[in-house]
Amino acid sequence: MSLDLSPAGLPLSALSATQEARRQIEICNACRYCEGFCSVFPAMTRQKAFADGDLTQLANLCHNCRGCYYACQYTQPHEFALNIPAALAEVRVESWERLARPQALARLFQTQGVALAGLLVVALAWFFWALTMWRPVSGAGFYAHLAHNTLVAIFVPAFVLPLALIALSLRDYWREVGGGRVRWAHLMRAFDQAARMKNLSGGHGEGCNFENADRFSNHRRVMHQLMMYGFLLCFASTSSGTVMHYALGWEAPYPLLSLPKLLGVPGGLMMVAGAVGLALLKLRADPALGAVRVWGGEMAFILLLGGVALTGLALYAATGSALVGPLLAVHLATVMVLFLLMPFSKMVHGFYRLAALVAEAGRPAPSAGGDT
Amino acid sequence: MKDWPETFDLAVVGGGNAALCAAITAAEAGASVLILEGAPKAYRGGNSRHTRNFRCMHHGPMFPLTGSYEEEEYFQDLMLVTKGKTDEALARLAIRSTEECLPWMMAHGVRFQPSLSGTLSLSRTNAFFLGGGKALVNAYYSTAANLGIKIAYEAQVTHVHREADCITHLEVEVAGRPVTVKARAFVLASGGFQADIDWLARAWGPAARNFLIRGTPYNRGVVLRDMLDQGAESVGDPTQCHAVAIDGRAPKYDGGIVTRLDCVPFSIVVNKEGERFYDEGEDVWPKRYAIWGRLVAAQPDQVGFALIDAKSIDLFMPSVFPPVKADTIEGLATALGLHPQAVRRTVDGFNAACTPGPFHPTELDGLRTQGLKVPKTNWARPLETPPFYGYQLRPGVTFTYLGLKVDARAQVHTPEGPVRNLWAAGEIMAGSILGQGYLAGFGMTIGTVFGRIAGKEAAAHVA
Ligand SMILES: Cc1cc2nc3c(=O)[nH]c(=O)nc-3n(C[C@H](O)[C@H](O)[C@H](O)COP(=O)(O)OP(=O)(O)OC[C@H]3O[C@@H](n4cnc5c(N)ncnc54)[C@H](O)[C@@H]3O)c2cc1C
Ligand code: HEM
Ligand code: SF4
Ligand code: SF4
Repeated sequence: MSLDLSPAGLPLSALSATQEARRQIEICNACRYCEGFCSVFPAMTRQKAFADGDLTQLANLCHNCRGCYYACQYTQPHEFALNIPAALAEVRVESWERLARPQALARLFQTQGVALAGLLVVALAWFFWALTMWRPVSGAGFYAHLAHNTLVAIFVPAFVLPLALIALSLRDYWREVGGGRVRWAHLMRAFDQAARMKNLSGGHGEGCNFENADRFSNHRRVMHQLMMYGFLLCFASTSSGTVMHYALGWEAPYPLLSLPKLLGVPGGLMMVAGAVGLALLKLRADPALGAVRVWGGEMAFILLLGGVALTGLALYAATGSALVGPLLAVHLATVMVLFLLMPFSKMVHGFYRLAALVAEAGRPAPSAGGDT
Repeated sequence: MKDWPETFDLAVVGGGNAALCAAITAAEAGASVLILEGAPKAYRGGNSRHTRNFRCMHHGPMFPLTGSYEEEEYFQDLMLVTKGKTDEALARLAIRSTEECLPWMMAHGVRFQPSLSGTLSLSRTNAFFLGGGKALVNAYYSTAANLGIKIAYEAQVTHVHREADCITHLEVEVAGRPVTVKARAFVLASGGFQADIDWLARAWGPAARNFLIRGTPYNRGVVLRDMLDQGAESVGDPTQCHAVAIDGRAPKYDGGIVTRLDCVPFSIVVNKEGERFYDEGEDVWPKRYAIWGRLVAAQPDQVGFALIDAKSIDLFMPSVFPPVKADTIEGLATALGLHPQAVRRTVDGFNAACTPGPFHPTELDGLRTQGLKVPKTNWARPLETPPFYGYQLRPGVTFTYLGLKVDARAQVHTPEGPVRNLWAAGEIMAGSILGQGYLAGFGMTIGTVFGRIAGKEAAAHVA
């Protein structure tokens, strides 16, 4: 049931994140001026009352482009006090914390950049120790420092187990938002929207309102795609290396004109550029239009991704020098932290957002409504 | 603190759609321009920030408009709502100009979107702003800043100083401090006077104190009053305002679009005595919503109550406020502060007068009551399925009709003739075309067309 906006209603500060989002979404649903910005507004016109699961879905569909904040005639000091990007960001982060297991880890690492840095230090120390302890008798390149089998024994579980946790969370998400049967067409639609980051386009293609108040720009969209495609290239690089190692018996180090390097070097450069860009934009953006309490965790996540890429590139550049050992430890530590924190950091956003896009694609097209 | 020792080519009074169109047009023609917006930055843009669309003539599909909407049909629509109270030459000028306005708006940053859900009937005639009127206003302010236009917020113009047929300067209060602004040309675009409740009460009677103002609290008609006191020619009925029935719980000012209620055709509406007073089903809602402001204004304490049962609650757009809900008619009446027995009697009488027949919520279905003093001539179904819902209705003022009379060049006149360096645009002169009634999307038409004319004329004057 709706919340009363009259003075007799609850004071706004007493509302939970979900209640606050509901209060605001109900105002939007009576207004609908922002329908053209993104997928959230058309989706909300399907109903009059919003269950908690509906709000979780809308929150994960929202790309925080902020168009609907600057266009809104009801932002503070107006008493309706709308701030949809912040309200939905709160619900979104809460949903990631709630659906994670264990929740406490998600609460810690989503919020605290310091916690992430702390874990990084631990991982670093551990890898330096491991590299001295387990130094193989023979091996080329960085396998001279850590045997391939040891590497695999450490990283496969560190990658697969977090992914398994994320899979469980996504199953819960699907239940919570009432997702239907997934068809090929829904996946294609969702992938298409993510590939173009359509919901950061502002609806008109001029981008979002992130770093320059009510002016539109595609900077964030471009930087994000550099990061995302860079990451995917790096991931493809590692995968191709694995295939070459096991299927073709061709071991690292690989020359520049090999698949792992052709994918990995541009990917790494793109990730570094994306990280620098995203971090600078984040410094310029108004934190009050996002989930303020996770700002530190988000920033740490950007820097971690940048760190993974930078140390990977440095490792390549240092080939044959004495720096390979220490750089290997640093690089492996960043990768390890990234993997371990997948379910508990901003990294989950990709999974949930994709799920939200798939769920939305599976729903009936929002009706154009009656003739009022 | 701001001070402007220089003499601007053009000073624009107001910071809404009309003001911005004038300022941008003049700056592009080479004029140095100062915008004086009375509101603080957060509330810049007057009533324009509450709008959603612009009515536009076009000969064929033209994004975002479908079909075609020719001059003649547009003019006939205007004749219908104004009952002929319009200046045909000015009206046709405005209508014809809309076609070139649309691309101009886009070129200056305004973005459009297909007709909003629930407004399909307007997709042919009205172009909807992506993000609504505040997004439009933001786009224009950005364009203005790019052009080097100076913008002053919290700059309330108190007096337009005239010597013979020329304006010499403006007296302005900038955040409470008096400042003189000198310019060679002036455009007045400061809206109507509906936010001055005392003025409304003088014009309409004390009942106006209970009216809610749908838009900005900053349109208090200070500049309009000042010009009328100096003998400027006026137009439009000074006692009238455009008022619709809105949710009685809306804020006194600036409630905007979300406070509207579309439930009347599916309700019975009673006054505070619990009695019905008008045919709720007279016509489809878009054709009737504008009369309900007056109807409610004529009731005791300027309040009405729409009563709905569970059968009909999902037939209209949600309002921003939840309805009052109860399991019995008496319970609902009590919760709304009405006399339970009186409401019971009205509902029983109404239910008994309902006749069987097919119900069609989207068309005039002729499902009418029989034998009531105040009939309901469509969508009349007995109020009998609990839970029951109720909304309080109050008159919400959109704008006032009294304004400055302008000519086809948007120039302001006194009985002695035109003021050589003074133009007016938007709501402040809308009475020149809109003598009564209202056509959705026409407010932005008048502001855009005459804002651009005023800006062009002013720039030519100083060139
Ligand atoms: C809720 C609502 C919805 C509407 N929807 C639509 C719609 O969809 N389409 C449509 O065409 N029309 C709509 N209208 C009507 C429309 O808002 C007006 O016709 C239009 O905005 C008038 O533009 P304007 O520039 O003349 O006035 P405004 O936009 O009201 O601007 C007046 C400006 O003058 C400033 N001002 C006032 N006094 C002074 C002073 N003394 N000194 C300095 N500055 C001053 C104000 O702060 C304001 O910035 C709507 C109106 C309301 C209330
Ligand atoms: C399914 C695909 C993805 C979608 C739909 C998506 C969407 C988004 C959106 C909408 C944002 C901005 C809003 C916010 O901060 O929450 C964002 C931020 C971010 N994304 Fe993605 N993303 C995807 C995949 C990825 C991948 C694979 C990476 C890299 C590993 C990545 C890295 C980032 C980073 C670093 C940010 C943070 C920016 C900041 O906090 O300012 N994203 N993503
Ligand atoms: S954010 Fe504001 S303008 Fe946009 S739909 Fe919601 S209430 Fe309307
Ligand atoms: S912030 Fe952007 S993506 Fe999120 S709801 Fe608003 S307009 Fe849509």
